[in-house]
Amino acid sequence: MKYETQKVALPFFMVAMALFTLQVVFGLLAATVYAFPSFMTDVMPFHIMRVSHTNLLIVWLLIGFMGCTYYLMPEEAEREIHSPNLAYLQLAIFAFAGAAALVGYQFGIHEGREFLEQPFWVKVLITISFLMFLFNTSMTLHRGRKTAINLVLMLGLWLAAVFWLFAFYNPTNLAVDKLYWWWVVHLWVEGVWELIMASLLGYLLIKMTGVDREVIEKWLYIIVGLALFSGLLGTGHHYYWIGAPSYWQPLSSVFSTLEVAPFFAMVVFAFTMFWKGSRNHPNKAAMLWALGCPTIAFFGAGVWGFMHTLSFVNYYTHGTQVTAAHGHLAFYGAYVMLILGVITYAMPQIRRVQPYNQVLNMWGFWVMTSGMCFMTFTLTFAGVVQTHLQRVLGMNYMEVQLQLELFYIMRLGSGIAVAVGAGMLLYAFFGPAREQVPAGGTQITAGTGSA
Amino acid sequence: MADGLTKSAARNIFYGGSLFFFLVFAGLTAHTHWYMVNVSTDSEGLTESVELGKHVWERNMCINCHSIMGEGAYFAPELGNVWERYGGHENPEAARAGINAWIRAQPLGVEGRRQMPAYDFSDEEMNGLIDFLEWTDGIDDQNWPPHPAG
Repeated sequence: MKYETQKVALPFFMVAMALFTLQVVFGLLAATVYAFPSFMTDVMPFHIMRVSHTNLLIVWLLIGFMGCTYYLMPEEAEREIHSPNLAYLQLAIFAFAGAAALVGYQFGIHEGREFLEQPFWVKVLITISFLMFLFNTSMTLHRGRKTAINLVLMLGLWLAAVFWLFAFYNPTNLAVDKLYWWWVVHLWVEGVWELIMASLLGYLLIKMTGVDREVIEKWLYIIVGLALFSGLLGTGHHYYWIGAPSYWQPLSSVFSTLEVAPFFAMVVFAFTMFWKGSRNHPNKAAMLWALGCPTIAFFGAGVWGFMHTLSFVNYYTHGTQVTAAHGHLAFYGAYVMLILGVITYAMPQIRRVQPYNQVLNMWGFWVMTSGMCFMTFTLTFAGVVQTHLQRVLGMNYMEVQLQLELFYIMRLGSGIAVAVGAGMLLYAFFGPAREQVPAGGTQITAGTGSA
Repeated sequence: MADGLTKSAARNIFYGGSLFFFLVFAGLTAHTHWYMVNVSTDSEGLTESVELGKHVWERNMCINCHSIMGEGAYFAPELGNVWERYGGHENPEAARAGINAWIRAQPLGVEGRRQMPAYDFSDEEMNGLIDFLEWTDGIDDQNWPPHPAG
């Protein structure tokens, strides 16, 4: 850690991981209801578990992005964070808003649009906190060195804030409501968040492989270009069946197919830089995450997205468990793994020790990632069966769900594996630091040509 | 990849191309907005009762179990076409009574079946909610879903 204020990131990472833990807990509860429908019906109905699960994800990812940005910015801008106190204050506001929303949900206090359920005043607090964050980091950037990494990162964060404003617009006409709702939801996760993802990944690769910045930053522009060229018009794959004109079907079938390209480019990018690199970075666990993140994102967001994005396929699969399968692996690969990777990279430096608990961290990686993949497979099988029975044969929804019980039980099992993996990882991050270097490390040593 | 491309060229392509695609997207969105208001939805029929129904829908967070036009939680049946499923196209009165009775009967308490909570709607709220579901069923959505089962 070259700059003292990089340690601002630590409380962000801690809050993010606490909320991540809660997200997994609510996910387990909801998965249990799928398998055993009478579970907790009188205590906590399903919709409360579900809103808690999704909102915790969104809030902790945003806090994670902030932590990553505070960690990265001093090194990239070559100066200290503009105001560490402002950072702590905006974290407190954001965490308070998130916690208030979560507690409110348990008592039925919320607005009613999916993912945007936060009460109005919580939305306002989130906006204020995020603007404070943007001011703080932008001032640091403004006075410091400008690189492609920190410029693309800040562009992604600013655009995320701009598109968030559509969350305040809720027209009476349901079709119009949905039209602009996607301006937040899609333009975040399949648009500007990819800028954040690619730049953080680029940062990790520069640091760990030692490949020339010029090369990495050129790749970065190509990747984020592919992301926005495909992702903006790709939004239309959500406009097929909500009362929009029919031209979205051919148009967005093409453009959302192209949405695979930036994810594929990120895989090629990460692995190419890994093999080209000359630096033998001691943090093998962070390297594993930096390679795993684009790989799982490619399958979860890219392949699983493509699987049901063509309009004539989506006509049958829209709103089934196929969507749930895609959603889980896409978020996990693209954003969860990204933040966990940055934390894995940053924590030893923040704690001022050599990379530690690496073997346990990698166990966490494999257990959690395997669990998420298995979960995705079970939901995909459930979705295919559901699509056929309900959308082709026209069977009643509830009867179809009874046919899917086995898949839901297996999904619960995979969820437990994810929880175990998450537990290992959290212990590796925050537990006592033991120097663990993986045996036979040459296979994962960048650039030694030992492939 | 792209050895002939310089970093500044890649940057310019990114900014220029993104702006171009954003403008195209914003233009098509504006047209879609116009199309929804004037062609595919019943703007005349968007009464205060339908509006109340949308508020009831949102206040009770129905979206976190049900889906509407395919979007939502996938835990409970699709409701964008529930009006059709209850035979509302042929017999609106019976459909209205049927949906009303179904909601009032919750929770069913059938062992091993997913439970919908009880909701204590006033008659006005219940009517609004059903008006909202009827109005939503009337949206021209390219004949989705493929089957009335939802």
